[in-house]
Amino acid sequence: MIITKPRDWSRIRENLADIGAKRVFLMGCGQCATVAHTGGEKELEETAARLEAEGIHVTGWTVGEVTCHLNGTKLDSRKHRVEIDAADAVLVLACGAGVQTTADAIAKPVFPGLESLFLGTVIRNGIFEERCQTCGDCVLDKTAGICPVTTCPKGLLNGPCGGMWNGMCEVLTDRECTHVRIRTRLAEQHRTTSGTLAPKDFSTALKPGGVNIREKGGRR
Amino acid sequence: MSRLRDKLEAGKFIVTGEIAPPKGTDLTHMFESVDLLAPHCDVMNVTDNQGASLHLSSMAASKMILDHGIEPIFQQTCRDRNRLALQSDLLAAWALGLENVLLVTGDDPRAGDHPHAKGVFDLDSTQLAQIVCGMNEGRDMMGRELKGGTGFYVGAAMFPEAEPWDVQLARTEQKIEAGIRFFQTQAVFDIGKLERAVEALRPLGAKVIAGVLVLRSPRVIDFINNRLAGLMVPEPIADRIRRAEDPAAEAVRLAAEQVREIRDIADGVHIMPLGLDAAVGRILGVEGAS
Repeated sequence: MIITKPRDWSRIRENLADIGAKRVFLMGCGQCATVAHTGGEKELEETAARLEAEGIHVTGWTVGEVTCHLNGTKLDSRKHRVEIDAADAVLVLACGAGVQTTADAIAKPVFPGLESLFLGTVIRNGIFEERCQTCGDCVLDKTAGICPVTTCPKGLLNGPCGGMWNGMCEVLTDRECTHVRIRTRLAEQHRTTSGTLAPKDFSTALKPGGVNIREKGGRR
Repeated sequence: MSRLRDKLEAGKFIVTGEIAPPKGTDLTHMFESVDLLAPHCDVMNVTDNQGASLHLSSMAASKMILDHGIEPIFQQTCRDRNRLALQSDLLAAWALGLENVLLVTGDDPRAGDHPHAKGVFDLDSTQLAQIVCGMNEGRDMMGRELKGGTGFYVGAAMFPEAEPWDVQLARTEQKIEAGIRFFQTQAVFDIGKLERAVEALRPLGAKVIAGVLVLRSPRVIDFINNRLAGLMVPEPIADRIRRAEDPAAEAVRLAAEQVREIRDIADGVHIMPLGLDAAVGRILGVEGAS
């Protein structure tokens, strides 16, 4: 899921002040931002209370079912047309994808209420770790299911680097070195390392990504 | 002709020194160091934005040192350049007459003086070694022919004291397979572990140049233990320097002892004098050196 954190309140206030917004509609997200405790019902209520306390009227709010889904967000915004019409701006407590679908769905100034951080794994409720870069050129088959591109701070495919100390990472010194973990797990599973991994194909991760499975070939 | 290659491959003991290019354009201090080390060192490593901190480029400094009559080892980290820039710089270095290259990953930018920099790490040092070997055979990493290739003597770093050793050894073997001919080690404090490394690597045809760091003061020891990645001064050695009446003199004595032991084990020694350049002669056991 996409891990988010609240955006600096001063930046949100600045964004609203820039356009002289006095009335705001709030959009959350029922998926990742709800799980991340940044854009669910509770956080929307807290944000609404904070805005009201600072003299900004909240015309209404909704937790989009899947805010990054364009048609779903359009549908949701139609259900709240009156409240949205009464607002000067929409503040979105969702990831950057959700902010953009909202901006496409609603013809009003739309502002981000969160910062999007990474594609994360939920270790436990409230504890998230980055595990995947969505690079489009997966090496997990060769690295015992541990991604060196993401979990090695240097993103080295072949390691460890010279900073590894007693099996620990040079940069994040409280964490085990990714490459030690990879080699240990491969050995435990009696798998041989497959030599030197070749330089990565970064053309698979060129921006912007796009997939269209309705068309022949299923990709662009 | 690379003197480093000739001596090492002929089985002769080599002495390498280390030169840090300045942070700026004033070369006075750099050349003072070069002149102090020159009588004692066969070749000198020229560091590349060491410690992830800004310095004049290794390529330019290597060329100036070469013109000064000293053979350099041009260092290249994977931290600051993508695959195009790395290959381009390697072509340039060869065209400028630099024949030895040491390929390292590079410290993370967060450790340096530009902590907000993006670490490039487009390639790692093993992949880069494979590419340099391809360039030595006249082709780029895409397999396309170069109009004139390179002929580098290619080295890398290794750490005899790194644990777990089986991981470190597998990693070093991987580098040899990629084409690395010589290794320069991080500072060695445990001679037994150096012996273990040399015994493992020598049969594979790789040369090992053991690092000696002159622990000139208790402050340097604290810096290494607290700030430097992948290195720890063992307590008995740290104690010996801390308790000495004259820590710098004791550090020189210690380094000289280490060099004597290394001569019997490794293919060479890499001296990191940390400013005590004038003592390098004594460390190497040169008769009459001050």
